[in-house]
Amino acid sequence: MSGRHLLGVGDLGAEGIGEVLRLAETFEEVGRRPIPRVPALRGKTVVSTFFEESTRTRLSFELAAKRLSADLSTFSSASSSLKKGESLRDTVLTIEAMGVDAFVVRHACAGVPAQVAGWLSGEASVVNAGDGAHEHPTQALLDCYTLVRERRARFGAEPQRPLALAGLHVAIVGDIRHSRVARSCLLAFSALGASVTLVAPPTLLPPALEGWPVEVSHDLDALLPKCDVVYLLRLQNERMEGQFLPSPREYTATYGLTAERARLLGPSALVMHPGPVRRGVELAAEVADGPASLVTSQVASGVAVRMAVLYLLLGSGALVGA
Amino acid sequence: MLVAGGTVVDQGGSRRADVLVKGEVVAEVGEGRALRAPAGADVLDASGCVVAPGLVDLHAHLREPGAEEAESIETGARAAALGGYTAVVAMPNTSPPADSAAVVRQVLQLAKGASCDVRPAGTITLGREGRVLSPMAELAALGVTLFTDDGTGVQDPGLMRRAMEYASVLGGVIADHCEDAYLVGAGVVNEGAVSSALGLPGRPAVAEEVMVLRDLALARLTGARLHLLHLSAAASVAAVRAATASGVQVTAEATPHHLALTQEWLAGYSTAFKVNPPLRTSADMMALRQGLSDGTIDVIATDHAPHPPEAKETSMCEAAPGMVGLETALAVSMTVLLDPPGSLSSPGRDNEAGQEHWTGLPLERLLAAMSWLPAKIAGLSALHGGPVAPGAPANLCVVDPARKWVVRPEKLASRSHNTPFAGQELTGKVRHTLLAGEPVVVAEEAQR
Repeated sequence: MSGRHLLGVGDLGAEGIGEVLRLAETFEEVGRRPIPRVPALRGKTVVSTFFEESTRTRLSFELAAKRLSADLSTFSSASSSLKKGESLRDTVLTIEAMGVDAFVVRHACAGVPAQVAGWLSGEASVVNAGDGAHEHPTQALLDCYTLVRERRARFGAEPQRPLALAGLHVAIVGDIRHSRVARSCLLAFSALGASVTLVAPPTLLPPALEGWPVEVSHDLDALLPKCDVVYLLRLQNERMEGQFLPSPREYTATYGLTAERARLLGPSALVMHPGPVRRGVELAAEVADGPASLVTSQVASGVAVRMAVLYLLLGSGALVGA
Repeated sequence: MLVAGGTVVDQGGSRRADVLVKGEVVAEVGEGRALRAPAGADVLDASGCVVAPGLVDLHAHLREPGAEEAESIETGARAAALGGYTAVVAMPNTSPPADSAAVVRQVLQLAKGASCDVRPAGTITLGREGRVLSPMAELAALGVTLFTDDGTGVQDPGLMRRAMEYASVLGGVIADHCEDAYLVGAGVVNEGAVSSALGLPGRPAVAEEVMVLRDLALARLTGARLHLLHLSAAASVAAVRAATASGVQVTAEATPHHLALTQEWLAGYSTAFKVNPPLRTSADMMALRQGLSDGTIDVIATDHAPHPPEAKETSMCEAAPGMVGLETALAVSMTVLLDPPGSLSSPGRDNEAGQEHWTGLPLERLLAAMSWLPAKIAGLSALHGGPVAPGAPANLCVVDPARKWVVRPEKLASRSHNTPFAGQELTGKVRHTLLAGEPVVVAEEAQR
């Protein structure tokens, strides 16, 4: 990783992603030790600044920081700081003034991690932990990591470098329009050589896709037999009732990976989901728990991948003990 | 006072002429010959300059009463004078809004002694809530000539129809901020390639087009005078062009930022570029310029929208929309629109590609759009907008068309510094401004 920040997958490129994945492998081994901790970031201070609620991502980042022996603080504010009379910039600069090496930033509005990076006066790094419908780069990295690892474990597929997903056909299905995960994943998958097809009703696609490295389909059934990976997105409550979709029932019937529809998949096809899964809506329970599912494995990869990211951005010394 | 050495440009054309001012009026225009200053009279050096009727802005948010941390009538009027304006229509979305005689009187009171003539606009509906008509006849009796709920548009078409019918006999004009709230949703930037790449909710151009088409149909039905605020989309320009050709009484404005900037400037999530309606594509920008060139768009108006730093130093979704413009409007317009056209430093290829086809506007057309046409729309022609002739009120703007300067936000006289043109080199600067014969700006310095 060359830059000081991780704001989006575009900051990395295939080489950068590969670097994270290789390092994550090392850190996954650390996680299996009796004392899963290395002193790599001792003396470094990481602040998780979550302006939008999150349980899983925050926990995963915080575990990653702790396993690297960084000092960790948490700033959590679901409410807008503007309402309290303090600008977002003031909030960030106040935290910076306390002496911080990395900000892990989540915000409901796209662009905030980039804005924070622009406001900082010192040398602190910014890691995007999800911004609006823009990007969620560590989710995409852990998905790439999971996919490479599982394909090696299951099929003995050794990844080519740097295009670790060369030749794979990935379908990303669901609410692409409002999904930061979809944006980061399509960029990461295609950077690693996969061909990506977005599958969604027109209401849940971004308004303009010119220049995106993707195909678009509205026919999941026709696509499934050709897919190596089906990546399902969570359908948010507010999209299900309202003007984007008639009903969750109709969504499941058209775009859900039902047990019946899953039979259209080839024998080596894999199923992914960033979680939490709405069982029975975008993904049938028996498929989520079935042999093709990588859902649990994805969650398990999160800490090691985020350790790798924090280490690459902040680490100065050698990986003592790793 | 003698304004010496300049070239007078007004609706009568362009001619080398000194201008002698006595009291509040122009006493003599010495066409083709030098005038001598009477004993004791001041001389304002206008050599190399254009001497034009003072500019008139139909669209400035002066924020007073209610948001004095952003702007006051005093600071806004000073900014206006520095930008060459002698009259500014103050938008009524203050707090409380100008929906009553009391607030209009307050604005008029506060405007006494200001650096330019400040004319309050009134709201169309009480509280700008889009439900109940404001007392337009009472406001008109106080001199209000422009009615608008700007900030938002009047969404209810039935109410808008009644507003037009009611206003049609008051001698005023109904001015609408054209964006359909349903189509806009929570959008913050133009819907399209840039909003998709940035992951920001989009405000589609069609939200403006739909509202423009509705208003044009209602203006045709009611026979009312309609003014369309800050048009931003190519489709809107086409709709106005067709309506004008079929006899609808419509005028339209575009802002310097929509004429000079495109959505590509949002790529770095800079809230300085967040504005409603949003900056759009270069095709939209070029359609606005074309509209200005062929007269479909009558006026360049600033939509001067000051905000304090804390309102902008937040996320794109929460940041207040709008940008200041009074001190840069003429210079930006001269820089990008005049023949031969210059250009701003640009964030992307798209921006440059579109501009290749722009051949430029004559200075007279630019000044018409910023002075005498807006003066006519606001009913101010007796006082503002020229012509520069003996007996006419001496509201004048003296601008050096060759003067290059760099926009430094902290140097702006406006209380707020939220300009999207920070660091840009512009060509053209106001040297002097005369308000009713009194020099309120001399040698680029405010005198009040």
